[in-house]
Amino acid sequence: MKILVCISKTPDTTAKIAFTDNNTKFAEAGVQWIINPYDEWYALVRAIELKEADPSTVIHLVTVGGTDAEPIIRKALALGGDEAIRINTQPLESYQVAAEIAAVAKDYDLILVGKETIDYNGGAVGGMLAELLDLPFVANATNFQLAGTTATIKREIEGGEETIECPLPVVVSCQKGVAEARIPNMRGIMAARTKPLKVVEPAATEPLTEYRKFQLPPAKAGVKLVSPDNVDELVRLLHEEARAI
Amino acid sequence: MSVLIFVDQLDGHIKKASHEALTYGAKIAEQIGETAEAVVLGNTNEDLASLGQHGVKKVHHVQAEGLNQFDSQVYTKVLVQVAEQTGAKVIIFSNNSSGKALAPRVAVRLKAGLVAGATALPDTSNGFVVRKNVFSGKAIANVAIKSEIKVISLNVNAFTISQGEGTAEVVPFNATVDTAKTNVTGTSKTSGKVALTEADIVVSAGRGLKGPENWGMVEELADTLGAALACSRPVADAHWRPHNEHVGQTGIAVAPNLYIAIGISGAIQHLAGVNRSKTIVVINKDAEAPFFKAADYGIVGDAFDVVPKLTAAVQKLKGK
Ligand SMILES: Cc1cc2nc3c(=O)[nH]c(=O)nc-3n(C[C@H](O)[C@H](O)[C@H](O)COP(=O)(O)OP(=O)(O)OC[C@H]3O[C@@H](n4cnc5c(N)ncnc54)[C@H](O)[C@@H]3O)c2cc1C
Repeated sequence: MKILVCISKTPDTTAKIAFTDNNTKFAEAGVQWIINPYDEWYALVRAIELKEADPSTVIHLVTVGGTDAEPIIRKALALGGDEAIRINTQPLESYQVAAEIAAVAKDYDLILVGKETIDYNGGAVGGMLAELLDLPFVANATNFQLAGTTATIKREIEGGEETIECPLPVVVSCQKGVAEARIPNMRGIMAARTKPLKVVEPAATEPLTEYRKFQLPPAKAGVKLVSPDNVDELVRLLHEEARAI
Repeated sequence: MSVLIFVDQLDGHIKKASHEALTYGAKIAEQIGETAEAVVLGNTNEDLASLGQHGVKKVHHVQAEGLNQFDSQVYTKVLVQVAEQTGAKVIIFSNNSSGKALAPRVAVRLKAGLVAGATALPDTSNGFVVRKNVFSGKAIANVAIKSEIKVISLNVNAFTISQGEGTAEVVPFNATVDTAKTNVTGTSKTSGKVALTEADIVVSAGRGLKGPENWGMVEELADTLGAALACSRPVADAHWRPHNEHVGQTGIAVAPNLYIAIGISGAIQHLAGVNRSKTIVVINKDAEAPFFKAADYGIVGDAFDVVPKLTAAVQKLKGK
C-alpha cells in the first residue's frame, strides 16, 4: 500500500503574530517553524502506525514550499516516512497548494492531510485534492481503521460522530483521535538524513484568492472581577450587561 | 443569476448554522443585486417555504434516495448542477462538518476561489473581499476572491440569524445523482446534550478539577445553562473526558456567545481555540492565571466552591 501524507510548515503555536509591509505580510522575523500539528500528530502518525501494522506499506510525504520548508520536511521524515517530495514554490492559498499536490499524487491508495493548518485555518486542501483526483473524501476524521482495501472512518458531525465505510483510494483529513501521540527517536533522526528528498518544479497553478491585508482583533476591555462570595453579581452581569444568559 | 445557499440537515432537520448561512447569503444577494436561492438535498421534515423568512426567494429541493446520506462526491455533483442551472455567482456553505467537505470540492469543480471560515459580509467596494480569522483567531485577514464565481463558507456562530416576513417558492429540482462510494454505517451521539460546535454557551473545565470524578458539578452547571461541555487538552489526553470535548489549537475551535472556563490556566494553545467567543468568564484560584487577561469576567476562587454557587445563582435567575 502507498500512503501520501501532506505536510505543511506553520509558525510555532506560541509565535508572536504580527504583520509587516503595511499589514500585507506575516512578520517572520524570529519565528520558529514547526510541522503543522494536525499534519504531524494525526495524519503522519496514523500513517506510521499503519506501516507498523503492515511493513510493506510505503509512506511518501509531500510539501509545497521553498528551501525554507526543507528542515520541516526533514523533521517529518525523521518521524517516519520513506521519501519526501518538495514542490518548489511558495504556498499562496488552498487551491494553488491542492493543485500542485494533485499533480504528483496520482498513484496512492490513501492520502492523509491534517484537518487544517494553524496559520491560515483553511481546511480546504484535502477536499480540493479529492475533487481534483476524483476520489472520495472524509473531513475531520476522528478514527481510521483499515481492513484489506476497505477503510472504516469516523468523522465528527454536529453533536456526534458518523461511521463511514469506504473503499481505497480515499483522501482523509485527520484530527484528534485518529492517532496516538509520539516523539521522534534518535535513530529516526539519523536515518532521515539519508532518505530521499525529491525536489520537483511546480505546475505553476494560478491562485484564485489573494490575502490582501491582515489586522489584529480588537483588544478586550479588561476583565471585571467578581468576588467568590457574590456569585449572584456575576449572573446579573452576564444577564443584564453581557446579555449572554 | 443567484446567490445559492446550501442548506444542511441532520435527521431531516435544518441545522442552526444553515439558518445563519441563509441570512448571510440573503444579505449578500441584496448587496450585489442578485436573488437569494437555497438548495436542500434529500428528505426533510421542515417547511421549506418558511426559509423565505431569511430573505430567500426560491428553494430548490432535490430528492433522491441517494441523497439521504451524506457523501461529498455525490452531493458535489448535484450542487454543481443546481449552481450551473441557477447561474449562481456566489455559493454559500456553513463552515461545519458538511461544508468543510463540500465547499472545497464545489469550488474546484466551478473553478471558483474559496474563502473558508468567513466571519463578515464581503466588501464589494473594490473587488470581492471576504474577512476571515487566521492564526487560530489571533488575527483577521481580508481575502480577495479573484474568480468569477465565488464560494464562501461561513463560520458557525459568526452571523446573527434574522427572521422577517416572507415565504419562498419551493421547486423540485431534477438532478443526476451518482451512487456513492462511501457508505454511512452508523452514527453516535457524544456525551454532551448540546452539540459543542453549535452551542450558544460552552462550559469548559481543565486540570484544576483534579480528576474525572469531579465533573458532576460541571455537568450540572452546563445543564442549567443549556450549555455544551468542553475541556482542555491534558484533560482529554488523560482520558478524563472524551477527545471530542477537547478545545484549542489542536482540538475543536469554538466561538460561542459565552465561554465559561473552570480551572483552566489559559495557555496560548487553549486560547487559540476559544478566543473568538463573545463573552469569556474565567474561574480560577490563581489570580495570575493568564486566562484572566483574555476574559471579560472573572472570579478568583476555588472551583469546588464557586461552581455549585454559580449553578444555584443561574437556577435562581431562571426561576427554578
Ligand atoms: C503544540 C501544542 C498544542 C496544544 N494544543 C492545546 C489545545 O488544543 N487545547 C488545550 O487546552 N491545550 C493545548 N496545549 C496545551 C497547553 O499548552 C496547556 O498545557 C493546557 O491548555 C493546560 O491545560 P489546563 O489549563 O487544563 O491545565 P493547567 O495548565 O495545569 O492549569 C490548571 C489551572 O487550574 C487552576 N486550578 C487548580 N485548582 C483549582 C481549583 N480548585 N479551582 C479553580 N482553579 C484551579 C490552576 O490555577 C491552573 O490555572 C497545547 C500545547 C502544545 C505545545
